[in-house]
Amino acid sequence: MGALTPWQELPPGGVVDPTEAEQPRTGSWRTGLRPEVDLASCVNCLLCWLYCPDSAIVLDGTAFAGFDHDHCKGCEICAQACPTGAIEMVPE
Amino acid sequence: MTLELLTGGEAVAHAMRQIDPDVVPVYPITPQTPIIQGFAKFVADGRAHAELVNVESEHSAMSAAIGAALAGARTMTATSSQGLALMAEVVYIAASMRAPIVMALGNRALSGPINIHCDHSDSMLIRDSGVIQLFAENAQEAYDLTVMAPRIAEHPDVLLPVLVCLDGFTITHSSEPVELLPDEVVKRFVGEYHVSHPVLDAAHPSTQGPFAMPDYYYEFRRAQAAAIEAALPLVDGVAAELAADSGRALGVLETYFVEDAEQVVVSLGSTAGTVKDVVDEFRRNGDRVGAVKICSYRPFPAVALREALAEAVKAVVLDRADSPGGAPPLLAEVSAALYGTGVELRGHVYGLGGRDLHPPDVSVLLETAQPGYVGVRGEPCPV
Repeated sequence: MGALTPWQELPPGGVVDPTEAEQPRTGSWRTGLRPEVDLASCVNCLLCWLYCPDSAIVLDGTAFAGFDHDHCKGCEICAQACPTGAIEMVPE
Repeated sequence: MTLELLTGGEAVAHAMRQIDPDVVPVYPITPQTPIIQGFAKFVADGRAHAELVNVESEHSAMSAAIGAALAGARTMTATSSQGLALMAEVVYIAASMRAPIVMALGNRALSGPINIHCDHSDSMLIRDSGVIQLFAENAQEAYDLTVMAPRIAEHPDVLLPVLVCLDGFTITHSSEPVELLPDEVVKRFVGEYHVSHPVLDAAHPSTQGPFAMPDYYYEFRRAQAAAIEAALPLVDGVAAELAADSGRALGVLETYFVEDAEQVVVSLGSTAGTVKDVVDEFRRNGDRVGAVKICSYRPFPAVALREALAEAVKAVVLDRADSPGGAPPLLAEVSAALYGTGVELRGHVYGLGGRDLHPPDVSVLLETAQPGYVGVRGEPCPV
């Protein structure tokens, strides 16, 4: 939900459509560390995409295509999940 | 139509069999257990078709119920006392997620001291959770209210859990003649269950139960308040519809000889039956006494109560729950509803932990001028 909605127009129970989930720019909370990738080590297994609790892993079709820093909180889960160590957390 | 000798618990189990919910996650607790024991037997015998989920606690029972209800399954459960206390956190969430779960509540005193008998402290614990609470006077009403409950819970303007509250032991375990509607009548009455945003609809994914910051939390709570307010006329409407099939009139409240009554007793649950018998005695002596039984405690029928007591001089409010250090819950509610009417109010706490209130006790109550605790040793108001 973009503009603030009056209570009469809220869906019962606050059901959120997936298109609305991008609105909170959770990346503004980032911890001070951001992920960087060494593409030479990336085997495109997409575990980072699967494990990311937000939507910060960007795909091009089924290929890893980088990070959406607007939605990356710096939680490091992608770096932990990466089986080849291709993702490293670096200070901002 | 068939008349059977049933306990309130058995009557509710029959209503559940006839409603035939899809999912029933439940954890046993006295005095609710006979309800779910009876229903589980119906499932085992192939007379009901629910997925009975033997969860590890009431907290899990309500959590599973929310998931099932939002996935598109008609969902029912049951609990009592400490079970409801453990479940309380999730009861608030069920209301907030607008999950139309129907739950039987065998009213039982909260610990401590630990006790298994009736009072209404469990209901009052979740008074402000946003769930609808309908109180039965007897086994027949427990059955009728259970049949009505899905229609109220699932109405698109409401979408809230409905609790059918029946006094522990007094109703749950006492046998009475109960008239069951034919199975096909109940099936037609409750209809099919629909949910607008099924949580398992992969073609239309959604987030449910989202986090809400100060910019939205208040709006969600306001919408919830509107939803439970919308249930008040619906309780009367669904009751009238059921009356067409059952011939039994129910509603948000029941009035008994209030038209010319000077003194009106307001109560919840099985005590209302005792009070009505006492009103009959007083009427035989020419005393202008009446009674109001509140069926819908949440939402509370404040306007209907004011109308019912328009001619009354005094109202005597019987609370089977206390609020230590403050006004007991029904007295507080009636006081707010009657504020400014000039009706003189007197509140009594009674029957905590299953202490009986016999007809002569109610007679004593009507003749005393002293408010306060009744039926407890060491107090001046004896019963």
